This record gives sequence, C-alpha cells and structure tokens, in this order.
Amino acid sequence: MIDYTLHLADTTLILAQRNAEWCGHGPILEQDIAITNISLDLLGQSRNFYQYAAQLINDSSKSSGSNALPSEGLGEVTEDSLAYLRKEREFKNLLLVEQPNGDWGQTILRQYLYSQFQYLLYSELQGQKDQQLAAIAAKALKETAYHVRWSSEWVIRLGDGTKESHDRMLKAVDELWRYTGEMFIPASYEKEMNIDLNKIREEWNKKVNDIFTEASMIPPSGSGGAGFMQSGGKVGKHTEHLGYILTELQYLQRVYPGAQW
Amino acid sequence: MVNTVIISKEEIYSVLETVTDPEVPALTITDLGIVRDVIINGDEIAVVITPTYSGCPAMDMIASNIKLALLEQGYKNIKVTSVLSPVWTTDWMSEEGKRKLKEFGIAPPNPKQQVCRQELFAAAEAVQCPHCNSYHTHRVSEFGSTACKALYQCDDCREPFDYFKCH
Repeated sequence: MIDYTLHLADTTLILAQRNAEWCGHGPILEQDIAITNISLDLLGQSRNFYQYAAQLINDSSKSSGSNALPSEGLGEVTEDSLAYLRKEREFKNLLLVEQPNGDWGQTILRQYLYSQFQYLLYSELQGQKDQQLAAIAAKALKETAYHVRWSSEWVIRLGDGTKESHDRMLKAVDELWRYTGEMFIPASYEKEMNIDLNKIREEWNKKVNDIFTEASMIPPSGSGGAGFMQSGGKVGKHTEHLGYILTELQYLQRVYPGAQW
Repeated sequence: MVNTVIISKEEIYSVLETVTDPEVPALTITDLGIVRDVIINGDEIAVVITPTYSGCPAMDMIASNIKLALLEQGYKNIKVTSVLSPVWTTDWMSEEGKRKLKEFGIAPPNPKQQVCRQELFAAAEAVQCPHCNSYHTHRVSEFGSTACKALYQCDDCREPFDYFKCH
C-alpha cells in the first residue's frame, strides 16, 4: 500500500513539475494559465498522496521499530521528505510523465494520454476499500475531468489543424507512444489493489482511438500489447530525464537542508 | 480552579463566520461551505474543513487563520483537520455567499446540473455579468486566476470578470 501510494504521488508530482516548466512560456496567456492550473491540481493531488504515504510509513515504522523507507536518517517522514529527499531509484512515477515537454503539441499529448488514463484509474480507485485513497481519487476526479476535456480539445485542434500542427502531433505520438504500455502492466505492489488494469486498458484504447480519429490521426497499434513498450518507471528504473528533474526540484533542500520560507 | 464554561457549537460557528478566504476575501469560510463540522469535547475544539480543489494553496492559511480567530476569542485547545470526503461542491456555497461574490465582481457558480459533464467544444455555459447583469458574455479561458475560477468577458459592458466555476 505504501509503494502504491508513492507511485501515485510521484507520478502526479513529476507531471506537475513538468507542466510548471511552462509557467511564463505558454503560447498565449490563457493557455499558460491553463497548463499551470493543471500543474497546481496535480501538485495538490500529489500532496494528498504523499501525506497519506507519510502517515502509513510512520505508522508502520512505529509498529515494527524500523524505518520503512530506504533513505537513511530521515526520522519522522513527512510529505516534504518524501518529495525532496528520495533518490531517483526510489521514485516510482510512470516514464510517460517524466518525458521532456518538447513543443506545445508534445506537452498536450502527454497530458491527454495520462489524463485519460488517470480518469479511468481514479474512477476505479474511488470505490476501493482503502478509504483515504478512495477519498483522494474522488476529490481529484472532477479536476481530472477538466484536464481530459481541455487536453482532448487541444489534441483535436492540433491534429486536425494545419499541416504543420498535424505533422508535429504525429511526431509527438512517435515520441510518447512507447511509454503508454507501462500504465497497464501492474507492478508487484499494484497487484494487492483490486483494480483491473486490463479493463482500463480496453476503455483507454477506445477513448484514445475516438479522439485520435477526430484529430485525423491513426493511433499506433498495440498499446501495452503488441509493439515495443518501455517500462520500469514503476519500480524505479527511469529514463535519464528524471535525474535532471529531481536535480532542479530537490536543489534547495539538498543544498540548504531544512530550509523554509 | 474548575472551569465550568460549556462551549457551544453555535459560538464557534459565529467565530468561523468571521474567517475569510484569503483568495476571495469577500467570502467567509462558512459562505464557501468548506467547514464540515465542529466537534467539541470538553475544552477541546476540533474544526473539520474540506478543500475546494486538491491544490488549493489557501488551505494552510485558512487553517491557521481559524486557529488565530479562535485564540483571539480566548479559546485554547484548538485542532483543525482536513477531510476530503464527501467531495466539496459549489452547491454547498450559501445563497448569502453567492450574493456577496456578485457584489465583489465575481459571477457566482451556476447550479451544478448545467455543467459538470460538458461535451468537447461545447458552448460555454451562459454566465451573467456581475457588473451589468447581461447574459451576453463569453468565456475567455476555462482556467482563471485561481483553480476555482474561469475567465469571462461581457460583450455588452466589455468588462472582463471572473466566474466561480460550478464544481
């Protein structure tokens, strides 16, 4: 349960961080605000997950007398220590969300592919036995519905736009598709959850297919099935990009431990 | 010395009615509907609040403002906790709150059933301009200055305004 909660926390934190890189750089002001609003929603969700993970970790180390976290010398674990003081190999986020922003189209596509999955996942999660995970998911679902709508509209607008925007979207699909399969392959810690990833994959494929068709794009065959798919993020094996993200994200706490403002 | 004063829920609520949302200072937290419960156990006061959006950055400040307001009134043993379930909705905003929002220049949320499932590229919901009351308005952006608001402009008086999104 701890690992699963951290997986959800890390995935939302890293995507929030990526989207926040657009702050002040969006194509127009309204969309700059939109992508950073989405970043804030994701950051809020990740805080909820980290707070819960910290509580689970502290409870379990109280009962077992040992520190459940691989990082040494943390004492009482908090949402901040989990976000700022864990190493790359301890992060369990999806590979998809750590991929670079690229152009606006690539950022949009990454958001869409993930939000569409997240919406289906949280819909399942809100019915889980674990009440806190269910509550976080139910809370986040309404925000996620906004993200799905906003990013689908952009995928359609760009895919079905000019030749230039269409070509760029195809390039983005080429870059990102290989990271979608991982979403549907359960890590060992996911198996204890009662979530049917195969069912989610079917629905995801259908939704993505509808949006791509409307965007005049053909989805590559075999998400999480046939075709080469990268994986490993869920168990801490990342692409080179995560290290750079963490270097920036964790810089202040690494250089000035305990700094506050 | 024995303290025999019994604290009532009502008196706590009357203090909470003075605590405002730092992002929308026209609204108190009770107008906003984010106070879910007040639990009194002897001299212990537990205030239970719920966030509007997961990432609402005002929550920490609201929690400390609640403590401060109660301390100023002489209450000592105060705990503020946050719960996520049941999920906050704009339907919990009081009528008084909606009136104050409009007075403040922010269009209050429409009733929930209108929006929460919008089709792609659907026409934006009709929102009344808080300045000139015209419905002749358009949405500039679904995301506004804070997570809970969208940006609109009135086509009659030409004023831009915030709309507190139905959620």
